[in-house]
Amino acid sequence: MPARIGVVTFPGSLDDRDAQRAVRLAGAEAVALWHGDADLHGVDAVVLPGGFSYGDYLRCGAIARFAPVMATIVDAAAGGLPVLGICNGFQVLCESHLLPGALTRNQHLHFINRDQTLKIENATTDWTSAYDGGEQIVIPVKNGEGCYVADERTLDALEAEGRVIARYVGGNPNGSLRDIAGITNERGNVVGIMPHPEHAVEALTGPGTDGLGFFTSVLKALTNA
Amino acid sequence: MTVDTVAQAEQDPELDQPYLELGLKDDEYAKVREILGRRPTQTELAMYSIMWSEHCSYKSSKVHLRQFGDLPAGDRLLVGMGENAGVVDVGEGLAVTFKVESHNHPSYVEPYQGAATGIGGIVRDILTMGARPVLVMDPLRFGDADHPDTKRVLPGIVAGIGGYGNCLGLPNIGGEVVFDPSYQGNPLVNALCLGVMPVDRIQLSAATGVGNIVVLLGAKTGRDGIGGVSVLASATFDADGPARRPSVQVGDPFMEKLLIEACLEMYDGKLVQGIQDLGGAGLTCALTETSAAGKSGMRAHLERVPLREASMEPHEVLASESQERMLAIVTPADLPAVLAIAEKWGVLATAIGEVIEGDRLVVTWHDEVVVDVPPGSLADDGPVYTRPLQRPDDQDSLVAQALPPYPVADAALLLRMIASPNLCSRRWVVEQYDRVVLGDTVLAWPEDAGVVRLSEETGLGVALATDGNGRYTRLDPYAGAQLALAEAYRNVAAIGAIPIAVTNCLNFGSPEDPAVMWQFAEATRGLADACRELGTPVTGGNVSFYNSTAGAAINPTPVVGVLGLLDDVARRTPMGWREPGESLLLLGETRDELGGSEWAWAEHRHIGGRPPVVDLAREKLLGEVLVAGSRDGMLSAAHDLSDGGLAQALVESALRHGIGARVVLPAGLEPFVQLFSESAGRALVAVPRSEELRFTEMCNARGLPCTRIGVTDGDALDVQDVLTVPLAELRSAYEGTLPALFGPLAGGTAQDPAGPAL
Repeated sequence: MPARIGVVTFPGSLDDRDAQRAVRLAGAEAVALWHGDADLHGVDAVVLPGGFSYGDYLRCGAIARFAPVMATIVDAAAGGLPVLGICNGFQVLCESHLLPGALTRNQHLHFINRDQTLKIENATTDWTSAYDGGEQIVIPVKNGEGCYVADERTLDALEAEGRVIARYVGGNPNGSLRDIAGITNERGNVVGIMPHPEHAVEALTGPGTDGLGFFTSVLKALTNA
Repeated sequence: MTVDTVAQAEQDPELDQPYLELGLKDDEYAKVREILGRRPTQTELAMYSIMWSEHCSYKSSKVHLRQFGDLPAGDRLLVGMGENAGVVDVGEGLAVTFKVESHNHPSYVEPYQGAATGIGGIVRDILTMGARPVLVMDPLRFGDADHPDTKRVLPGIVAGIGGYGNCLGLPNIGGEVVFDPSYQGNPLVNALCLGVMPVDRIQLSAATGVGNIVVLLGAKTGRDGIGGVSVLASATFDADGPARRPSVQVGDPFMEKLLIEACLEMYDGKLVQGIQDLGGAGLTCALTETSAAGKSGMRAHLERVPLREASMEPHEVLASESQERMLAIVTPADLPAVLAIAEKWGVLATAIGEVIEGDRLVVTWHDEVVVDVPPGSLADDGPVYTRPLQRPDDQDSLVAQALPPYPVADAALLLRMIASPNLCSRRWVVEQYDRVVLGDTVLAWPEDAGVVRLSEETGLGVALATDGNGRYTRLDPYAGAQLALAEAYRNVAAIGAIPIAVTNCLNFGSPEDPAVMWQFAEATRGLADACRELGTPVTGGNVSFYNSTAGAAINPTPVVGVLGLLDDVARRTPMGWREPGESLLLLGETRDELGGSEWAWAEHRHIGGRPPVVDLAREKLLGEVLVAGSRDGMLSAAHDLSDGGLAQALVESALRHGIGARVVLPAGLEPFVQLFSESAGRALVAVPRSEELRFTEMCNARGLPCTRIGVTDGDALDVQDVLTVPLAELRSAYEGTLPALFGPLAGGTAQDPAGPAL
């Protein structure tokens, strides 16, 4: 039986169908989860997709973290459930304190969408094991509030513990401190990434298929678990 | 608060009414009195002034637009002009609906919100037809790039389009950015949306079935946008333009996203009998159009409308252009299901009225009748004007003007041209738009046309391009409109799609100026004739008049959108070559045609002479060859030739994936003309050596001129004996202009936005 990976839809989620497609192309079954339903319906992993949950009129992700489904996800993540937050999903993970730091307005104050080169810094997490450490990949970035910030001590700790999973290469699109594009928790099951791996899963529609590795990684992690 | 009721109107028939201030003329007011058999109430007067405004009634353009309705519909048109947007059958049980509209004046007054709500409005038009919106495009025109006010207007408009479209999750797959001083003080913000639906989900606006419930969905109604259509869209700007800010609506894209999902769920449940979006003219328009279309009576209880401000008066409630609202007609049995879906998505839904016997629209305010009118008199029977036409006095002298002397083509000229505001890279604008959301974008800017996949199973997809050229249209409105169509048609064919339908946004000055009306009449006649010849029906569109400031009209600017169909998007032809050693072929013929060209404008600010000759049979033939080349896998790249000519096309195609070209211009015309002439009906293609013979034989057999002009190679553009420029130098000239004018976007090197640069 293929792994079942849940994709949460909040009001204002936009890349939820795309995350479901990426899950299917990786060989898993995509399960739609609804923000108002606290039941995870037995999924093996969860993706929090991109978009503008609740319009992001408050801080991005600040309202979504209070959705009934998030309480269950926070508990399950503590128990090892693999959780990937992409873009708005990353913001929700930070607001939920599953990941440290915060994502603020891009330094240049514009929304920016471009194909972005990343360097995979940690290829041992549940969501990055399909890559080689140091590998460079190209996936789209698209956000208005993707500037990763944290205090110096947190940043030093993230670096020391190898919890920076990807960095921007060839230009930092949003001013993120230390060029951080994605981070993980201590256990390596929760990953937040600002650019969009689910938009690089087909050569026809993306810059390539470099993003598929995030989704095949978790299948490997689930098989080995 | 005392409210003027029908009873009062009967008691006080000679009350002095401010119809002139509301935009109604003497004879129009007299006609209202005649229809009602009494003076209108204050609320009715407001409704007639709105519905009979130029924007809503098309009173000046109607007699000309009939030509589009008279075109052969073809066998794909499911819904033609007259509904919110035309619907085209694309096969596999799917239909698409698409339309382009203007939001020009609001975007000058308040650039961010004006442009944002322009996107919101066109998206609701598409949603109203039953379709899921899947893409947007926006053709934009501004004053001079270095004018101080352009620095206010352009960044706000771009941010507004991005802010709204990105938050709705709709990829922005293309459009235009044009600079010309005639748009100073009157930028053009046109917005196009396309949606897709199963054929059996098409929705119409007619309210039928006595006893059915009228449900208002979406945002609360406030005082924003009151008078938007009559004040902003139907009058020219005077010196106090920006003081009209209260007439601009404020958008909430999050609410629109919820409204989209809620409406689609209602359509899928077959819960909606009729539906209409609330855009210009708000509730007034939605109530009158649904009841008029259904030939039904309707009663609305206005005090039930959820308000943002409790003190609003009935005429304000009816005139408000608050965004993100829809009006649905549902059966009493389906009402609970409709309310449940609305609640699931957090969308306000309120039963505000019902379909009744008879043919009157009756609006009450706390049980007092404030409106009692035949709805057709508002929606359909507005005034129709046959405005006087007068060929502009300067038309002949403009056309007779000699062009500046031609220069010798060299590297410096090429670098100046590709860095000029109308030819330089639009990356600064486009990178602020989400182009990939929904995961079906196959091509987007800078490609000739945007391409979106409709079916993952079969690869069925659509291609869209919009084009317009105000200078050409100023010089010859008939030819200019045809050239706009021809260019969009060519762009769609260049990527390998078969052009099947047309939408248009006709941006002109004041219809009360006979010279403008002549331009309009010529342009619509030209467009209709060309659509007939190319076999592409007009499915809908929009007229925007009164685009003039302080008496000066904009260059007449018909913007034409062409929809193309691809049975498999995997065979799309991109604009740039990826391999060295491929043959470069020029399709079509180059003539000495630089009247109205980018060269004349960029180098001399000259508008004069004649625009390029239109040859629609040639455009059709070129299109067939480009589509056949795609279908049979003969082309590795194709790029249409238009603004900036062959030189521009060579630079853009070479920069796309960083592979240069060695070009030998054929004998005959001088190199400058060959490189910068804007003759229509041409394309540049790259063909692998293995396909060259087969492709050129096909061109010969069909009678399409095909000239081998060079080969893809190296890291420079080399035109033998004329110029050699390294790609890096071309790229920095091409990419540098807009960031220098409007500020850098982000640090570091930009990757190519729709595919990695090599």
